[in-house]
Amino acid sequence: MENEQPIMLKIENIVEEANDLKSFVFEYNLNAKPGQFIIAWLPRIDEKPFGVAFQAKNKFAITVSKVGKFTKKMHKLEVGDKIGIRGPYGNGFNIKGRRIALVAGGYGAAPLAFLADEAHKKGIIVDFIIGAKTKALLPYIERMKKAGITTHICTDDGSCGIKGFTTDVLKKILKENKIDMVYTCGPEIMMKFVIDICDAHNIPCEISLERYMKCGFGICGQCCVDPTGWRICKDGPVFAKQQAKQITEFAKYKRDASGKKVKL
Amino acid sequence: MLNIRLKGVRLENPTVLASGILGVSGASLVNIANHGAGAVTSKSVSLEERKGHPCPILLTFEAGVMNAVGLSNPGVEKIIEELEHYKQNSDAPLIASIFASKTKDFGIAAKKISEAKPDIIEANISCPNVEAEFGKPFAADPKMAAAVTKVVKKNTKIPVFVKLSPNVPNIGMIAKAVEKAGADGITAVNTAGPGMVINIDAGKPLLANKVGGISGPAIKPIAVKCVYDVYEAVKIPIIGTGGITTGRDAVEMIMAGATAVGIGSGVYYRGIEIFQRVCDEIVEFMEENNYSSLKQIRGIAHGK
Repeated sequence: MENEQPIMLKIENIVEEANDLKSFVFEYNLNAKPGQFIIAWLPRIDEKPFGVAFQAKNKFAITVSKVGKFTKKMHKLEVGDKIGIRGPYGNGFNIKGRRIALVAGGYGAAPLAFLADEAHKKGIIVDFIIGAKTKALLPYIERMKKAGITTHICTDDGSCGIKGFTTDVLKKILKENKIDMVYTCGPEIMMKFVIDICDAHNIPCEISLERYMKCGFGICGQCCVDPTGWRICKDGPVFAKQQAKQITEFAKYKRDASGKKVKL
Repeated sequence: MLNIRLKGVRLENPTVLASGILGVSGASLVNIANHGAGAVTSKSVSLEERKGHPCPILLTFEAGVMNAVGLSNPGVEKIIEELEHYKQNSDAPLIASIFASKTKDFGIAAKKISEAKPDIIEANISCPNVEAEFGKPFAADPKMAAAVTKVVKKNTKIPVFVKLSPNVPNIGMIAKAVEKAGADGITAVNTAGPGMVINIDAGKPLLANKVGGISGPAIKPIAVKCVYDVYEAVKIPIIGTGGITTGRDAVEMIMAGATAVGIGSGVYYRGIEIFQRVCDEIVEFMEENNYSSLKQIRGIAHGK
C-alpha cells in the first residue's frame, strides 16, 4: 500500500476560469474517477480538498476559488511552482444511462465538468446546466462548447444565458426529454431542490457533498454526517438521493474544524 | 465467549474504538458500535473549544500512522449532546475522553462530562502533540499523574481510566501511582515518539505540527511491552492499545495482560469492519486452542 503522503508536483499550466477562479494543471497520471477529490498541500501553511475538475492522459486539473487564506496563497502561485498532492480519494459518481443532466451551482461545477467529459466520451448525451450570480463567475463554458457538450447557462442577473435558476432549467429539460440520471454539485439548498425535482419525475440522482475534512482517508472522523455517521471523504462525497435523504444535516448544518455545528 | 468486564462495565467483546479515531460526533460513534465495537471512546475534549493544528494532521508511513491533530474539539459543553445522541442510539458502553492543561481543569471537565452519563471516563494525560503549548504531558511524572487521577475521581462517580504514555522510562511506576490515586483502570498506551516525517521534495516536515505521535503496527511491540509492565505493576484492568490490526494481535495484547483492546489506526488498514473481523479472528484462535473464555488467556505470558 502506498503511504498517505503528498507528492510534490509542478504546476504545468494555470487557466483563469472566471473571476477569482483558477484551474491548476499538473502532469501526472492521477487515474481518478469523476467525483473523486485530491488534497493539496502548501508546505507550512495547510491542506485543503479539491474535486478533480479535469483529467486527460497523464494530466489533471483542480479548480480553486479564492475564498480564504489557503486559496489566496494558491492564487499567487505561478507555472513551475510546486505543491503537494495526495489522492485521489472518495467514491466518485456512477456514470450510467443514455442521456444525463448535470446541475452545477457555482464552483460545484468542477467535478461535474470532469463528469461531463467522461460521459460524453462514452457516447452519453449530456445536458450541462450551470448557474452563477453573474457572467464573470461562470467557468468551463468554452471548454464545454469545444467538447460539444450541450450547455445551459443561468445567471441571477441575466448577464449570460437565461435569467433564473438551474432548477428551472432542469424542470424544463426533464419535461421535454427522457433523462436517465441527474447529477448535481453546488450549494446544498440547490441540491435539495434538485432531489425534489428528481423525485417528482422519478429519476435517480447523485449529489456530491462537502464537509470540513482533515485526513481524507476515513479515520479522523471530522467529516462524518448525522445521523448515519458516514464519512464524506470515504463513504462519499457522492451519495444517491435515497442516501442524501437519510442525512438529516444535509442543507441544514455542518461541523467546523473543532467539530462544532455551524448552520449552513 | 468474548464478553468481558471493565470495572463492572460489561462489553460484548473486548474491542474498543480508541480515542481520536472517528470519535468527533455521536453519530460516528454509533456507526462504529453498529460495526461491532465492544465499546467506543469519544475524541478527547477540553473545557474550551480548540481548532487543533492546521493540516496535514495525519499521515501514514511504511510501518504505521503518525498524527498531530492538536486535540481539536468543540469543548465539553458542546460534546454533551453528541454523547447523549450516542447513549440514546447504542447499547455498547461509551468511554468519554477528557484532557486539560491544568490539574484543576481535569476535575471541572470530569464533572461536566458526567452529565452525559458515559460508562467510563478516560483521562488523557499523555497526548504528545501539544508539548509546544502544554509542556511535558502529566503522564511523564508519577506525582502529576496521580494528582490528575485524584482530581478526576473526586469529581465523578463514573469509573475512571487513565491513559498512559509509552514515552517514559518506567510505565509500571506511573501505573502504580495512578492506581494508588484511585484509578479504576488504565488505557495503555497513547502514541509513541513523537516522530517526524520530512518531505524531501519540499524540504519541510510534513505534519503542520512538524512532529506527531506514532501509532499502528510500528508501535505494537512497544505497546505489548508497556501492557506487560503495567500488568505486573497493578491489579486494575487494562485497555491495551497500540498497533492492533488482527485478532492474533489482540490475543497477544490480552496475553500481556489486557482485559480489552483498543483499536484506532487499525481502521486505516482494515476499514471500520475491523472490529467484527478482530472478534471473529479471536474466536478462531480460541477454538483452535480450546479456550472458552478470555480469562484463560489474560496475562498468560507472565511468570516463568
